[in-house]
Amino acid sequence: MRLLTWIDARFPASKLWNEHLAEYYAPKNFNFWYFFGSLALLILVLQIVTGIFLTMHYKPDTSLAFASVEYIMRDVQWGWLIRYLHSTGASAFFVVVYLHMFRGLIYGSYKQPRELVWIFGMLIYVALMAEAFMGYLLPWGQMSYWGAQVIISLFGAIPYVGEGLALWIRGDFVVADATLNRFFAFHVIAVPLVLLGLVVAHIIALHEVGSNNPDGVEIKKLKDENGIPVDGIAFHPYYSVKDLVGVIVFLFIFSIILFYMPEMGGWFLEKDNFIPADPLKTPEHIVPLWYFTPFYAILRAVPDKLFGVLAMGGAIVVLFLLPWLDRSPVKSIRYRGPLFKIALSLFTISFIALGYLGTQPATGLYTLMAQIFSVIYFSFFLFMPLYTAIDKDKPVPHRVS
Amino acid sequence: MTNTVDVDKRRFLTNATTVVGGIGAIAVAIPFISSLSPSARAEAAGAPVTLDISKLEVGQMITIEWRGKPVWVLRRTDETLSTLSTLVDRLRDPDSDNPDQQPDYCKNPGRSIRDDILVLVGICTHLGCSPTHRPELAPDDLGEDWKGGFFCPCHGSKFDLAGRVYSGLPAPSNLVVPPHHFVGNSQLLIGADPVGYA
Repeated sequence: MRLLTWIDARFPASKLWNEHLAEYYAPKNFNFWYFFGSLALLILVLQIVTGIFLTMHYKPDTSLAFASVEYIMRDVQWGWLIRYLHSTGASAFFVVVYLHMFRGLIYGSYKQPRELVWIFGMLIYVALMAEAFMGYLLPWGQMSYWGAQVIISLFGAIPYVGEGLALWIRGDFVVADATLNRFFAFHVIAVPLVLLGLVVAHIIALHEVGSNNPDGVEIKKLKDENGIPVDGIAFHPYYSVKDLVGVIVFLFIFSIILFYMPEMGGWFLEKDNFIPADPLKTPEHIVPLWYFTPFYAILRAVPDKLFGVLAMGGAIVVLFLLPWLDRSPVKSIRYRGPLFKIALSLFTISFIALGYLGTQPATGLYTLMAQIFSVIYFSFFLFMPLYTAIDKDKPVPHRVS
Repeated sequence: MTNTVDVDKRRFLTNATTVVGGIGAIAVAIPFISSLSPSARAEAAGAPVTLDISKLEVGQMITIEWRGKPVWVLRRTDETLSTLSTLVDRLRDPDSDNPDQQPDYCKNPGRSIRDDILVLVGICTHLGCSPTHRPELAPDDLGEDWKGGFFCPCHGSKFDLAGRVYSGLPAPSNLVVPPHHFVGNSQLLIGADPVGYA
């Protein structure tokens, strides 16, 4: 203890431990949906550790990259495991983050006073998409190459400066060695640093205002004589232990995929990516990885280059505005009126449907369906100030149930 | 010597320092931002390439690489050339009015110097995929009124056998005709204009 006293006089070790774990009081009624924040943190650590070990064997050079990934898979001891941990981890990251964001939607976790928690979270999501996109170029397979070609070309749709901007991003007239080399730098250093900073900001903001809960009731309103929320329990040991159960269940599922179906039938590692990049030949059927397909479907639904790109970007930007679009005084879906429940159901269906349509060819009926679901997607946000204002919300209890 | 603080002077000095420091920060950012632009080596790799077209059969298309991009060279059949004019009302820019998509000497119905030889950059003007050459008439997937052309598998854009885009599809403009010219009867030089054009 004398050592800890010595440290505490020089560095706030005990203070940090208490503020963020032992004396951070979280609502006592967390349910299933509250596993995904800590799981996302676990996967972040997994991706960083496996990523560091992959860079020890990977070569960011167009003539060597594809072979170096195969080298990792075949010749590096346990290289296949580290690589599959990293590739499966990427998809698991998005599964967990999408569920985490959906939790925010159903329980109104983005609402006042947690607007900045939501904004930081959205920035993490955007950084994560950049990280995944740039990481997918590194194996230098056909899908890597043409996926990057398509996404970078999106910037070319911006009037006047677009083509110059795309050229600047690629560093060459087409996706080439310069592109691969810089994507490697961004993927292993720049974006992870930004991600870590944002995660710290996300947690600091959360711990400043306190966690929301399935009832959407502020537990800080009712405190006991010691200033501790009556409906709060210490994060450690109560939720740290609870989250461990979640970790075990998660690792069960993760391991089944990792060891028995790491390619997930082409969903986590696409078949065309086992062919080295060929700048002269586009694969028959270009599909982004599953976590981008809802936005890809929106892009293709609009029969105009610039407006397609704007719609796709807008689909992400509009999520940032959620705290200000929602006019309801009620946070949790438990006490929301029927209008919000219907709107959220339609939104969820359209997001999943767009995700499916983004994997299908862009022909007649599929394009029409993508257009309908895109309209529903945007309507959820566009009309939110109206339907949340007139919705028949139920009375919210004073304490969590 | 008085003890009063000259607030205006302090504010002026603070602002002046901030502005000068800000300009310095921007100046330092320029080399870093510029370093991401194409390097001198990448710029130099844009040299012209030559192709022998004497062995190119009628209806045959070959793909060669220029500036890292696929360039298609197609010898069109007479039937193909006669269908081009029938498509006009289904195309977005049938008369090649967009000057960025071809050199002046290819602003003609066939978008070519020689009627039979079509030279195109094989990159879709939508999002940079490489469309597929589909010369057959009325295949199942492209519909009965398909007269042969190029189909982009990524987002479904269609082009005719002069690289002109069909309207109502995502690609905004015709496929690019690169600068090119013929040297004698059999040599095609891609990447440089004919003598007499700048």
